[in-house]
Amino acid sequence: MRFVDEYRDPAAARLAVAEIETLASRLVPSGEPLKFMEVCGGHTHTIYKHGIENLLPSTVELVHGPGCPVCVIPMGRVDDAIAVAKRPNVIFTSFGDMMRVPGGSGNLLEAKAQGADVRMVYSPLDALRIAEANPDREVVFFAVGFETTAPSTAVTLLKARERGVTNFSVFCNHVTIVPPLKAILESPDLRLDGFIGPGHVSTVIGNRPYRFVPGTYGKPLVTAGFEPLDILQALVMLLRQLTEGRCEVENQYTRAVTDGGNRKALEILSQVFELRPHFEWRGLGFISQSALKLSPEFADLDAELRFAVPGVRVADPKACQCGEVLKGVIKPWECKVFGTACTPETPIGTCMVSSEGACAAYYNYGRLTKIPVKSA
Amino acid sequence: MCLGIPGQLVEIISLEEHRAIVEVDGVRREVNIGLVMGDPGGIAVGDWVLIHVGFAMTKIDEEEAANSLAFIKLLGSVYDDEIEQFAAEPELTLAGDDAATAADDKMVRP
Repeated sequence: MRFVDEYRDPAAARLAVAEIETLASRLVPSGEPLKFMEVCGGHTHTIYKHGIENLLPSTVELVHGPGCPVCVIPMGRVDDAIAVAKRPNVIFTSFGDMMRVPGGSGNLLEAKAQGADVRMVYSPLDALRIAEANPDREVVFFAVGFETTAPSTAVTLLKARERGVTNFSVFCNHVTIVPPLKAILESPDLRLDGFIGPGHVSTVIGNRPYRFVPGTYGKPLVTAGFEPLDILQALVMLLRQLTEGRCEVENQYTRAVTDGGNRKALEILSQVFELRPHFEWRGLGFISQSALKLSPEFADLDAELRFAVPGVRVADPKACQCGEVLKGVIKPWECKVFGTACTPETPIGTCMVSSEGACAAYYNYGRLTKIPVKSA
Repeated sequence: MCLGIPGQLVEIISLEEHRAIVEVDGVRREVNIGLVMGDPGGIAVGDWVLIHVGFAMTKIDEEEAANSLAFIKLLGSVYDDEIEQFAAEPELTLAGDDAATAADDKMVRP
């Protein structure tokens, strides 16, 4: 087990792999694999980087989920962002991850090359600092991310209000993790046996919001940390539940995740944001109540209201199968343009842009480790 | 962006304004600690936290911090990008286009 030797605790990893094999072979004597979805892009990254799929028996299959916030932004929203960035007096600020994400016509880096004032920031607070340093310019922050980054945007908005900064606004694209999970559970083309729940999102929202997964849909969910051993242990916990006829939300990542989450962060989220009636997800289509917008109290800091954003809708390129990859219906290498027309250098789809995207992760690591497709 | 990085609180600038300095792998930066101040036991210099986009989001213990930092480093470019952005100062003025550059230009002209 070449990869296991690189793990922090190779002995524990070997034990976990052995238990996965034993439990799975008992559960599916026919050999038809059990399918578990890892929701989070960070987990996908670990899985490819550490060759976890190659350690698993043919009776256990990992399906990659939609938990990469960069990957799920539809192309039209990128075009909207570029339209705002190109306005004459605007300084447009964005996390580095979003700079190369293609819209229908180019990306933010290209807009910058064409003269738009686009600046990369590490934190929304940096965007606010830029606003304070440039009082005669309009500074817009391109807010993306799940509940891990949404509280930071919320605090920044509160600070802007507190300090009376009026030349700052937020183009809000924050999404929430529970609605896409529901959409996947209701999707007819995918049969899943359980979920590995996201780690860092869950430090904010806690484990409680996932109770509907076993409650309504009868599937177990185990929240996991990001190390290879965490993922193996989460699989053991899922298989134990199935073996013992249990179906629950469990927590493998007790080092950071609690049941109730970060109460302060949740409080601030509900103070600053409200749910959008619906939001378009790349590949998943419109999902109701799946994204956040600024609440009426903060409407004056909402870039969508301040700048009459065009509201562009762009169909995904025909050749691109990001949607199917994001839903776990196909594997990255099964996409028609994977590794040929679509590479990390010239991405067509979002899954190839973000380092947490399944395609980029597989492109960067997977090809080195992938064993031939298992024969039936 | 999505993967938190572990850092240690080395200085509190202002509890009231939620401002503190954390150190990640030898690199220091100001972060906001408002979201972890309500944690049991509060927050103090020496504590370890997971940091997302300039905000301490979760208190963790020292062992977990060391393990997760070692793990994130294994991810290579993901870690390099994150720490580079973590260390970067925001571009308050646009390079090549600000008053300072204009002044420099004047000075070199005879």
